[in-house]
Amino acid sequence: MNHLLSIEDLDRAAIERIVTQAERFSEVSDREIKKVPALRGRMVLNLFYEASTRTRSSFELAAKRLSADVVNFAASGSSVEKGESLKDTVLTLSAHKPDAIVLRTPWAGASELVSKWCSAAIVNAGDGKREQPTQALLDVYTLRRRLGEIDGLSIWIVGDVAHSRVARSNIIAFQRMGAKVTVAGPPTLIPRGIEELGCEVRFTLDELASADVVYALRMQRERMSETWVPSPREYASWYQINGRRLSPHQILMHPGPVNRGVELSGEVVDSPQAVITAQVEAGVVVRMAVLYELLSGAREPHTGVERAPLADVATVGGAQPA
Amino acid sequence: MTGAAPLVNGPEPLADVLLREVRLLDPRTPIDAPADVRIRAGRIAELAAPGTLEADGAEEVFEGGGRLALLPAFFDPHVHLRTPGQEHKEDLESGTRAAAAGGYGAVIAMPNTDPVLDSAPLLRSLRDAAAREARISVGFLASITRGLKGEQLTEMAELRQQGALGFTDDGRPVQSAGMLQKALQYQRLCGGVLALHEEDLTLSRSGSMNDGAVSTALGIRGIPTVAESTMVARDAALAGYEDGRVHFQHLSCAGSVDAVADAKQRGWRVSAEVTPHHLLLTEEDVRGMDTRMKMHPPLATDADRRALVDALRAGTIDCVATDHAPHARDEKEVPFEQAPMGTTGLETAFAALYSGLVVSGELELGVLVARMTAGAELFGLPAPRIVAGELAGVTLVDLDAEWVAGEHGWESRSENCCFAGRRLRGRVLLTIAAGALAHRDRSLAMVGA
Repeated sequence: MNHLLSIEDLDRAAIERIVTQAERFSEVSDREIKKVPALRGRMVLNLFYEASTRTRSSFELAAKRLSADVVNFAASGSSVEKGESLKDTVLTLSAHKPDAIVLRTPWAGASELVSKWCSAAIVNAGDGKREQPTQALLDVYTLRRRLGEIDGLSIWIVGDVAHSRVARSNIIAFQRMGAKVTVAGPPTLIPRGIEELGCEVRFTLDELASADVVYALRMQRERMSETWVPSPREYASWYQINGRRLSPHQILMHPGPVNRGVELSGEVVDSPQAVITAQVEAGVVVRMAVLYELLSGAREPHTGVERAPLADVATVGGAQPA
Repeated sequence: MTGAAPLVNGPEPLADVLLREVRLLDPRTPIDAPADVRIRAGRIAELAAPGTLEADGAEEVFEGGGRLALLPAFFDPHVHLRTPGQEHKEDLESGTRAAAAGGYGAVIAMPNTDPVLDSAPLLRSLRDAAAREARISVGFLASITRGLKGEQLTEMAELRQQGALGFTDDGRPVQSAGMLQKALQYQRLCGGVLALHEEDLTLSRSGSMNDGAVSTALGIRGIPTVAESTMVARDAALAGYEDGRVHFQHLSCAGSVDAVADAKQRGWRVSAEVTPHHLLLTEEDVRGMDTRMKMHPPLATDADRRALVDALRAGTIDCVATDHAPHARDEKEVPFEQAPMGTTGLETAFAALYSGLVVSGELELGVLVARMTAGAELFGLPAPRIVAGELAGVTLVDLDAEWVAGEHGWESRSENCCFAGRRLRGRVLLTIAAGALAHRDRSLAMVGA
């Protein structure tokens, strides 16, 4: 694997390989010194064209736990605001010879383009409304840890599907892992032809009880003002996941950040069914596994420093999946 | 309304050539037969039986050998020559050179330049520049509204006197029905065709491609086909009500075809064009997010594409127009959603359509040639005819030649062609526009010089 551009590029075996590697890394997070030397001498560049706290910091933590060097490049306050194109920015930053570029942009397909412009491994950390593949991987990881198997699960993805890259990546990833996916939300926010991705479509939550997993999407407040839905009140009354709608056997997921009182009621956020905090934790180990997968292989480090032997990692987690 | 001649011709010298044993195909005469054709001082001097004419002077001789076809030069009612203001994309010389290489004898340039072509002095200066620089005949449309803002009509009568063939806000719709109604009423004074880019902006919003399963899979905001078809229906009704003359630009979907067919059925004075890319490509071609596949209106479904081909064959759609829209490489080398809309098309139009529709049996060659020349009549100009005594507007085509689009570069200043890299059949070897030799393929050997 040279890049992680789209979850579509990963078959079930590849997803399982990354998730299994993440399980090995999870032990590192519990150590006193949360670091392994697996990517010593490698450089990871975080190139973010959109505001992001949790994704960026979790990539940064992941790289640092693998002993890689990290450079953060945020588009605001930089040459980008002076009119530099994506290509020129990438070419300029490539002069620093990063081994991997973690890229978030508001534009679909940007990571594919960047992968053609430089030799670094590219990780898509969100490209417009298209994909957020590491989110899908960490969600698979979280579900596997909680439930063991994903095969045969019924997973409902609820909310603003139209504007959600998380929805698109997860519809693909969950199905690849053997789950049956249903998307539900107001018809204005369910995009045309979404069923061609293989999922079912519902406009109400009447059948939500049939779900094993409820995955609520973030409802951005600006969507309200763009008349996608009549009001936050009406949205909440039809689509909010609350104690009345969530059954005790169901797992609740959310990619964060949560709008309490909009897509989720406060009591379900804090309920034991919610795995939202576990998802955040999973973010770091799964991104460690992705960086490890991309950088520990055939690629030689630009610095010429010797590659950390695989044994370093194998000893770390005992090489046994959790 | 009288005034300046609507087409401007460039400075090229008049042609003296003898074309021997060519397949002479002119759907208006009509003729499709082997012949010898002599062009002297830019005029068609003689048509004769194949192998009967001999060189009698200093003219250049082209041997058709039975496999080269001589067609009336094509007419494109919709190109962007980007002058003034965006000469880094194209200029009058490079754009008309690209047109000549595609077999075109005349083109109509759109007014969405910088500044917008919305005043008579600017039109005069552009026409002067075309007379100096253009390889082929060029006509101009002025904008319907000042600055394309949709708020105030241009001085349409004066613009017509100075040679404007008509008016368009191309690149944008006339969103206000009331504004278009006024333009249609004023058309009774000044004449000229109102060419309409149809798009309901409240439906298209900031979309970048057709709304459907592909846009959903890519997470790219879609433009529904009804953004176009509802506006075609609206404006056809307005034209019918005011007895105005409108021309619908670059139709892209079955719904628009139905609206045009309905308007024609009612006797309303409407015409329509379609581009080679809408006749040959679909939203599936956008899956790779190649920015050369990003154009306005967007590529739609295969059902839409087939409806467009059927309508072109039946004549519901009157003509082919390229909507040649050059953009610089750095402008297109960006993520799909950031890229400007448009593909170049002049150099590939005939070969792409011949390969894609004629060779496959979907369209007869004679019909294709008729539709690639019909734009002239729609804008009140005579279509070129291959008849003795006429000023020569002809193109010589090798129908068997195969080539890869873009393999030897482009005549256009820009290279954002949606057909780049495709193997095409049918190569334009020679173009004579308004009597002047405008293009000669590099492969052509001079015989008898």
